[in-house]
Amino acid sequence: MIKEFTKGLWRENPVLVQVLGMCPTLAVTTKALFGFSMGMATLFVVVSSSLVISSLRRLIPEEVRIPMFTVIIATFVTAADYFLKANFYQISKALGPYVPLIVVNCLILGRAEAFASKTSVPRSLLDALGMGIGFTCALIVLGSVRELLGAGTIFGYRIMFGGFTKWVVMILPAGAFLTLGLLVGVFNVINKKVK
Amino acid sequence: MEQQENKNIIMKIFAGSTALRMVCALLAVGLVSGAFLVLVYNYATPKIEVNKKSETKKAIMDIFPDAKDIKDMHNEEIFSVKDASGKILGYAFTAEGNGYQGTIKMLAGANADLTSMKGIEVLESQETPGLGAEIAEDKFRGQFNGLSITHDIEYVKNKKPEKPYEIEAITGATISSRSVVSILNEEIERVRKFLKEQR
Repeated sequence: MIKEFTKGLWRENPVLVQVLGMCPTLAVTTKALFGFSMGMATLFVVVSSSLVISSLRRLIPEEVRIPMFTVIIATFVTAADYFLKANFYQISKALGPYVPLIVVNCLILGRAEAFASKTSVPRSLLDALGMGIGFTCALIVLGSVRELLGAGTIFGYRIMFGGFTKWVVMILPAGAFLTLGLLVGVFNVINKKVK
Repeated sequence: MEQQENKNIIMKIFAGSTALRMVCALLAVGLVSGAFLVLVYNYATPKIEVNKKSETKKAIMDIFPDAKDIKDMHNEEIFSVKDASGKILGYAFTAEGNGYQGTIKMLAGANADLTSMKGIEVLESQETPGLGAEIAEDKFRGQFNGLSITHDIEYVKNKKPEKPYEIEAITGATISSRSVVSILNEEIERVRKFLKEQR
């Protein structure tokens, strides 16, 4: 049971192992805060859609399951988007179109199709929580590394010494690919060492 | 008789097929989702409106720290700004146009006779982080405080501005700098015209 939760954190991490949901991963992680916000929005959507889909799994006709998943996911994404706009206006502006784009994040449809539609509610909930938190952690790490090297700060707090020259490339799209590649590499090295 | 036949046809279409189940399931999900989103919309929309308004107001206050009375003159695009004694401090106006990547939206302030700028605030932009995004930083923005606008604003590259209507472009982000300048020139012209008509 507990494995359903922990697998998303490490062994089947959606970003570092499954390489799912790359569009928000690469696009919004210019700052740790943006990575965190994007992660929380995705976590909310994956948990609530998994809950609904898992509890309706016996009522959903096989033939139209994908449209139904999409409608359910889109509903929660729209709710999350409005919630951010209403309560965290600045963050919502910074994330721009990437919040509505959570609809097409294959991490979420993937969990719905591969897990929630076939599994009991408690197990789906744990799975979704694990995947969502794993996704959020990966985005925070990515955002922190890019923000640290590109702007000298993490979550807006100055970390680097005064004369530090900002590596502007790290906040540009190229920096996203560089950081993600290195992160996946480090992740694999650690996994090998542990084995 | 005819009605009975129609009914039979409908029954035949659905009999033994899953079509009805599919339609019902999709209809139900659609209805519930729609209803849920109506609730979310009703909860969030007034808050979003407030956020947008307070953002504009805050930007005006940043440009005119003594502002007491801010009056919308035209579609929330042009505002007259007065201090506590009712003396007019100047005009604030939104300025929007294309930048290097997408739209740049600013709020600008000018003095009462539209001869010099009071400052600008960048409300929205998708300029390159670290380069074009510097238009929102004090180093660039500050140049507009007190800038003369009796002449069109112009920009110079890699040297100090000499004329009172010149600003220095950001190194590596000439397009963003140029966009800001041309958006402002256009809007200032518009505001000038608008105020003339008002008189």
